[in-house]
Amino acid sequence: MKHRTFFWFILPTLSAMILFIALPIVSVFIQSLFVEHEQVLLVSESCGPFGCTPTTTVDTEATAKLQEEQPLGRFNGLGTYINRSHLAFAEIGEAWANSDSFGDFWAQVYNLPFYSALTFTLAYTFIVTPLVLALGLAIAVGVNNLPRALKGVAIFISLLPFLVTPLVGSLILFWMVDGDGVIGATIQRVFNDPSLSLKASTALTWTMLMVYGVWHTLPFSFITFYAGLQTVPDDTMEAAQIDGATKWQRLIHVIVPHLMPLVSFVTLMLIMDNFRVFEPIVSFKAEAHAQSLSWIIYNDLRESGNPLYASAGATSLITIILAVILMSPVLVRTWRDFTRKSH
Amino acid sequence: MFLRKIATATAFVGLMGSAAYAADCGPEGQSIRILASDFPAIHAVAGAAEANCGGAAAEFSTNHTTEARSIMNAALTPNPSEYTSVILANSTLTQLMNDGLVRPLNDLVEKYKDSIPPNLLITIDGNVMAVAFMANSQHLFSRKDILEQAGFEGIPATYEEVLEAAEKIRAAGIMEHPIAMNLQTGWNLAEVFNMIYLGHGGEFFVPGSAEPSINNEKGVAALEVMKALAEYAHPDHLTHASNETQGLWESGQAALAVMWGSRGAPILDDEGSTEEVTSNTVLSAAPTVGGGSIPSATLWWDGITIASNVSDEEAEATFAALISALTPEMVAANNDDAVWLLEGFQPGPAAAGVAETVKGGAKPYPMIPQIGLLHAALGAELADFLKGDESAEQALADVEAAYRTSAKEAGFLK
Repeated sequence: MKHRTFFWFILPTLSAMILFIALPIVSVFIQSLFVEHEQVLLVSESCGPFGCTPTTTVDTEATAKLQEEQPLGRFNGLGTYINRSHLAFAEIGEAWANSDSFGDFWAQVYNLPFYSALTFTLAYTFIVTPLVLALGLAIAVGVNNLPRALKGVAIFISLLPFLVTPLVGSLILFWMVDGDGVIGATIQRVFNDPSLSLKASTALTWTMLMVYGVWHTLPFSFITFYAGLQTVPDDTMEAAQIDGATKWQRLIHVIVPHLMPLVSFVTLMLIMDNFRVFEPIVSFKAEAHAQSLSWIIYNDLRESGNPLYASAGATSLITIILAVILMSPVLVRTWRDFTRKSH
Repeated sequence: MFLRKIATATAFVGLMGSAAYAADCGPEGQSIRILASDFPAIHAVAGAAEANCGGAAAEFSTNHTTEARSIMNAALTPNPSEYTSVILANSTLTQLMNDGLVRPLNDLVEKYKDSIPPNLLITIDGNVMAVAFMANSQHLFSRKDILEQAGFEGIPATYEEVLEAAEKIRAAGIMEHPIAMNLQTGWNLAEVFNMIYLGHGGEFFVPGSAEPSINNEKGVAALEVMKALAEYAHPDHLTHASNETQGLWESGQAALAVMWGSRGAPILDDEGSTEEVTSNTVLSAAPTVGGGSIPSATLWWDGITIASNVSDEEAEATFAALISALTPEMVAANNDDAVWLLEGFQPGPAAAGVAETVKGGAKPYPMIPQIGLLHAALGAELADFLKGDESAEQALADVEAAYRTSAKEAGFLK
């Protein structure tokens, strides 16, 4: 394709991407460099049906004036990025100086909200992604080998978790693992411990969130691999068969290499998806045991009433950068394949 | 469909014929747009306002949503704003006042003063910012049959007695987890700390400044009480908010609970529970703690505010319509839906707990601009202590550190 034709071809997509992806990220970045003006506080008295109490209020006129002079707020540079709620450089330095063992150091770091959320987010990504890849391929191969009459039904059933809205799906599981729910009560009976609770233990909560994650994203990798399986050339398969390859050898040496570009694609999608894990934490009410980077953004925007935009912006950008780092091995591999083929 | 239309029309005519006709609705032909939480008492007030003054207004719309708190600042910022009034509570009033989105009501109150009892005015620095109409607070719910069976005399009045009673119930083998409290990580958990800390006589901030002052003996004592209570609560307590604790109570799985007063009526009614539970449920003041004299609770009010960014005519029409709803007739028709602060309210059994808590001198939830930030920090950092992962001092130090970080970002601290 000529460069000129390519340019006009890509222009609509490119402009949409700049408008809806690149510019908002730039805007979020700029906002994350500023913090709010100093609030002008007035000491006053508040009275109501329960009597009077001394209180403070924000002088909105004075604050509005400050805002007019500098609409973005006070410039704070990367201050928000390195404060205690984010990368916490000062706190980590202090923890390093004050701790006598690595375990002690780690305990202090894990006590910082950003790092405890990062730990869960990474654990979730690195456990759920390979499980979904392997199980998705296994189910796809299994369904592909079914007799024709059963295939339709099997595909439909395998896709079901994908049809359920994430919030609803996790709520259903949340009620099932309740002490009075089907799964929770069964586990209590099996272990003969009436106070055993999946929601009260950090390890069990993490397991529950990850099992849910696998259950919910499995259909995506299954259906992609199943589509890929339909393109495996019959000649190659027959040749392998004639050469005496077993079913297992054909899977490993013929089918998987053929599906490799798809595996890269699915891995990329899963890393992006899993790294922004959020809904299950809210619907499982798992905040006490597991927090993710996306959950921190949500909490900053919502919990304190007047939103903390700089914090939310900083966490968003750190999340984007980390996601790019995680995806880079797969991206590099895809790029190499691409340049090799084009020569 | 047809029948429903007839019914609505009849109801409307009926209202027009009665007291409603006399209502003073202020300027005619205005647009009245109300944002409010979603519970029966608020529906009653907004509904009565619409019945009284919906006819005189060009537009009357009400948005009842549980998300009112999270959308209201954005909805009131543009000029003209999306709503002319927000029906809100203590903490949410500061959230709007921080951005200057509600107007002082002094002149409107002066004009309509005949219909407003003066004790309902929420005055800050001499300006009336809201008109309250109902009260709410946490208080104790007890099962008198179970207490009796376990050999505990009377109803617990202090948290120490609550713990003693809980131990007796457990020792007697009646219930393993007799206590129910709203300890869900986040807002609810922080609110439990707030009330027990206030019960100890604690102060959240150094007076007159935004410096936190919770990492002290009273804070540690409050956390120790919370941990002792959690020992007797359902193992899932960190996921329990009002709906779950009400469920535990109605299914007879708890004997002592600290829940919101607004749950009194739904628990005592004949739905969702058994006769055995409802007839033995006693509502009493929130317990005192640590030898203190005031109930460990935070008092809340719900009230009317008017948006800044609307025309004066719309503001007056909205104010007049909502004030016209605060009548003894409206209260009589919805008596058990709330603890009304209005004339004509007959406190029933469902209101006993809140009434006693107010009488005991419990503190109102602080209306301080930066309280939302501290509340959020408490909600995020206290779970580690209740899980047993860190000491009370460490948890409180974490809360102060988290609060300082966000307060600096919001401009309250340097």
